[in-house]
Amino acid sequence: MSAFLKLLARNRLALGGLIVMGLVVALALITPLLPLADPDVTNTADRYLRPLSDGHLLGTDQLGRDLLSRLLWGTRLSLGVGAAAAIFAAVSGAAVGIVAGYFGGRTDNLLMRGVDMLMAFPYILLALAIVAALGPGLVNALIAVAVVNIPFFARNIRGITVGLAHKEFVDAAKLAGMSHARIILSEILPNVVPVIVIAMSTTIGWMILETAGLSFLGLGSQPPQADLGSMLGEARSALITNPHVSVIPGFMILVIVMSINLLGDGVRDALDPRLKSGALSRPMAATRVDRRTRPDREIPTEGLLSLEDLHTQFHVKNRVYKAVSGVSLSVKPGECLGVIGESGSGKSVTALSIMGLVASPPGVITGGAARLEGRDMIGAPYPELRSLRGRRVAYIFQDPLATLHPLYKVGDQLIEAISCHRPISKAEGRAKAIELLKSVRIPNAESRIDSYPHEMSGGMRQRVGIAMALANDPDVIIADEPTTALDVTVQAQILSLLDDLRRERGLAIVFITHDFGVVGQLCDRVAVMYAGRIVEQGPTRPVLDAPAHPYTARLIACVPELGEGKRKLEAIPGLPPSVDDLPKGCAFADRCVKVQAGCMVNDIPLERAGARAVRCLHPETEIAEETA
Amino acid sequence: MSIALQVTDLSKTFPVGKKLFGGARGSVKAVHPMTLSVETGETLGIVGESGCGKSTLARMLVGLLPPTTGTIEIEGAALDTADPAAFGKRIQYVFQDPISSLNPRKTIRQIMEAPLRLLHGMDRAAREERIREIFDSVNLRADFLDRYPHEFSGGQAQRIGIARALAAQARILILDEPVSALDVSVQAQVLNLLADLKREFGLTYLFISHDLAVVEAVSDRIAVLYFGSVVEEGRAEEIFAHPRHPYTKLLADSAPVVGRPLRDPETGQAELPNPLDPPPGCAFAKRCPYATEKCRATAPVLEQIGPDQRVACFHPLPAR
Repeated sequence: MSAFLKLLARNRLALGGLIVMGLVVALALITPLLPLADPDVTNTADRYLRPLSDGHLLGTDQLGRDLLSRLLWGTRLSLGVGAAAAIFAAVSGAAVGIVAGYFGGRTDNLLMRGVDMLMAFPYILLALAIVAALGPGLVNALIAVAVVNIPFFARNIRGITVGLAHKEFVDAAKLAGMSHARIILSEILPNVVPVIVIAMSTTIGWMILETAGLSFLGLGSQPPQADLGSMLGEARSALITNPHVSVIPGFMILVIVMSINLLGDGVRDALDPRLKSGALSRPMAATRVDRRTRPDREIPTEGLLSLEDLHTQFHVKNRVYKAVSGVSLSVKPGECLGVIGESGSGKSVTALSIMGLVASPPGVITGGAARLEGRDMIGAPYPELRSLRGRRVAYIFQDPLATLHPLYKVGDQLIEAISCHRPISKAEGRAKAIELLKSVRIPNAESRIDSYPHEMSGGMRQRVGIAMALANDPDVIIADEPTTALDVTVQAQILSLLDDLRRERGLAIVFITHDFGVVGQLCDRVAVMYAGRIVEQGPTRPVLDAPAHPYTARLIACVPELGEGKRKLEAIPGLPPSVDDLPKGCAFADRCVKVQAGCMVNDIPLERAGARAVRCLHPETEIAEETA
Repeated sequence: MSIALQVTDLSKTFPVGKKLFGGARGSVKAVHPMTLSVETGETLGIVGESGCGKSTLARMLVGLLPPTTGTIEIEGAALDTADPAAFGKRIQYVFQDPISSLNPRKTIRQIMEAPLRLLHGMDRAAREERIREIFDSVNLRADFLDRYPHEFSGGQAQRIGIARALAAQARILILDEPVSALDVSVQAQVLNLLADLKREFGLTYLFISHDLAVVEAVSDRIAVLYFGSVVEEGRAEEIFAHPRHPYTKLLADSAPVVGRPLRDPETGQAELPNPLDPPPGCAFAKRCPYATEKCRATAPVLEQIGPDQRVACFHPLPAR
């Protein structure tokens, strides 16, 4: 609750709305206690007194009634009626929506078609019809306004409920023996209440206006009872001669509705989880770079792509998540480097940092360099970075359905990827796109080019993703778990495709994965990451056959491999450390069976010996002799 | 050995493309009539790729989805109502996504209490006692009980999911990809926990997964699903080592294994048949190197081929 208020207070306008609304509500609540004149006593001798006249602070109306008193009593009534209508509409609309969304099928159809019928009439005509049928009066106006607003709630809540009703926790509740009524009340309802509150806070102002509108037309509150709408309606005839009589209630309506709407927007922003997570803040075009020391712009390097002591952090509020702390890697043309690690080990962030693709905020590159043929790309001017992205260094991502645009044909997306970097005619682009699709072994490339992503299977989409990465003949491909979402038969096809491509084209591939089997088959060298650092690196076979770091050894041991039969697995106890609170010394120490006091004192360097390297004081095998 | 779970001719057909009035335009057979049995104390592994009907099968087995045809017998007694509460006491379900199977707005205690109260009508003290026992056996601390699901890692949340399934005191658990959302180091912890619990409580498992190596490591027997049908069934140590169905062989050859040279085990098209327009014969015929006219015309049925092996193929691969 306090977090909610804090979020709300960050929005200045909403805070203003809250204060004004608070004042209005407080005034309405204490109205009966204030020393006011009776709002309904007429005194035609004192008609149309101006504001600030003796005994009448805001003057009097056409019957000589005290305007201040009428205004406060009217506000009280209007607020009450508006709030009552909102609650009535929210409760009945939400009930209809939840029942329709939860049960679905025929129930849904019946209820929602009923709601659709309510929506088929212009709302004011419907309200007028209801009042006409029930007869004028404030209660009937309230009912009319509430009924007119039921569809808004019903449709909103139904949409949310449909999503919730298919969640696994609802299935789990059924299996725990809950009845439908209990599931609706105890599983669904708590999850839709925030939506109901949001919908109410944004519509209550509207309902006050609508009630005032009906009263203005003489269908709501009946004389002499005052509400804001009827005060306006009665003052209408003297609008020119005595404007204050209509301006005062009009101004009150404006103040109420404005402050409610501002407050409602604030409540919505504070409650909506998507807005809270900052999803609406647009990331910058390239990751923010804030390096203490600036490495040389250009130095000769051995590899085609090499990372030097890369540091990438996420700054969220006052916490610093050290996602990548000091990673050095390099790949040569035609080589495939595997980067292996569990979730949160920093393997994807390393890959995204290379081309400045880590979302900022909150990502910041705080140190190191990423060199393509010796030239540092971190902190490069955006136009330079953009011309490199996709042309020299291309990415393949895990989920091709998320990376392909659903509304464009795959061919057009391929052509666009090419034309970003060089001008190309339409016919030439199409021919090149077909050639690309053929190169990733998509059958019937000529007809597939006009397919939309949803018309393809997962494996075919990932081929398109690879074709797109190949579009500009890049030197380096960074593949971030490209086969994790695919079936194993499809995975085998994609892996052999990638392998052929790098041999034919001399591509350097950085392949990020959590699967040792894939690394063992595809990669020449492998780097094992844990808590943002490389703990072991070397040629694939020696590392997999005789791992030096205990983490690598334990990780290999705990993954079942096909053909070993039923057995107990060697689990690693515990969890990886959180990267915002890394321990001193070795990050793996508290899960390691070989841990000694020395492991937890100082940073442990990555010791190199020949082609292999390990970050451990007590490695499983001595790597120096092996690689000799 | 007694039979814990017997499924006879179970199938599920979904209508598709509703017309404005009346029936559906077409139908998709998600699960073709299927007969399976699981012995008490056994783990039956179900493997298959996406779209093979393994989740539909699982949901029918726990009563979340009414079957189109067929019967489910649990420990000799038929369960023919699609009422999860009736199923709940005898067969339970562990979900794939541990976080989304826990209601974000309930504490772990509230989540754990529901099956105890509703299925077994336990009073407060009995519930407290039972929750403590279960939490002990899944290695969770009792102070987790007053926290909310989002505070837990995937592995912990999956333990809570398993604890909830145990609370119902069902003796059969359907494990639907219980570790595929977990990291490999945590995956091994959960798999070992499942093995320990099975021994401790004498449970029977139906373990569904797409990961061949995981299924092989935990199962006694394995059934391979393709396009809604069981194509092969056999002992876990045999089925991938000596597959008799060409599809099982394709799966085994596709699994990445360190040291095996990388090659595409399949030449040509690898798309599943269109479920709206299924082929008349064997669903795998299009991808099968041994397919003949007979395979394309008639669908093979599952037949006993060895002491513990059944296969649905006209031209099974030679035995070892």
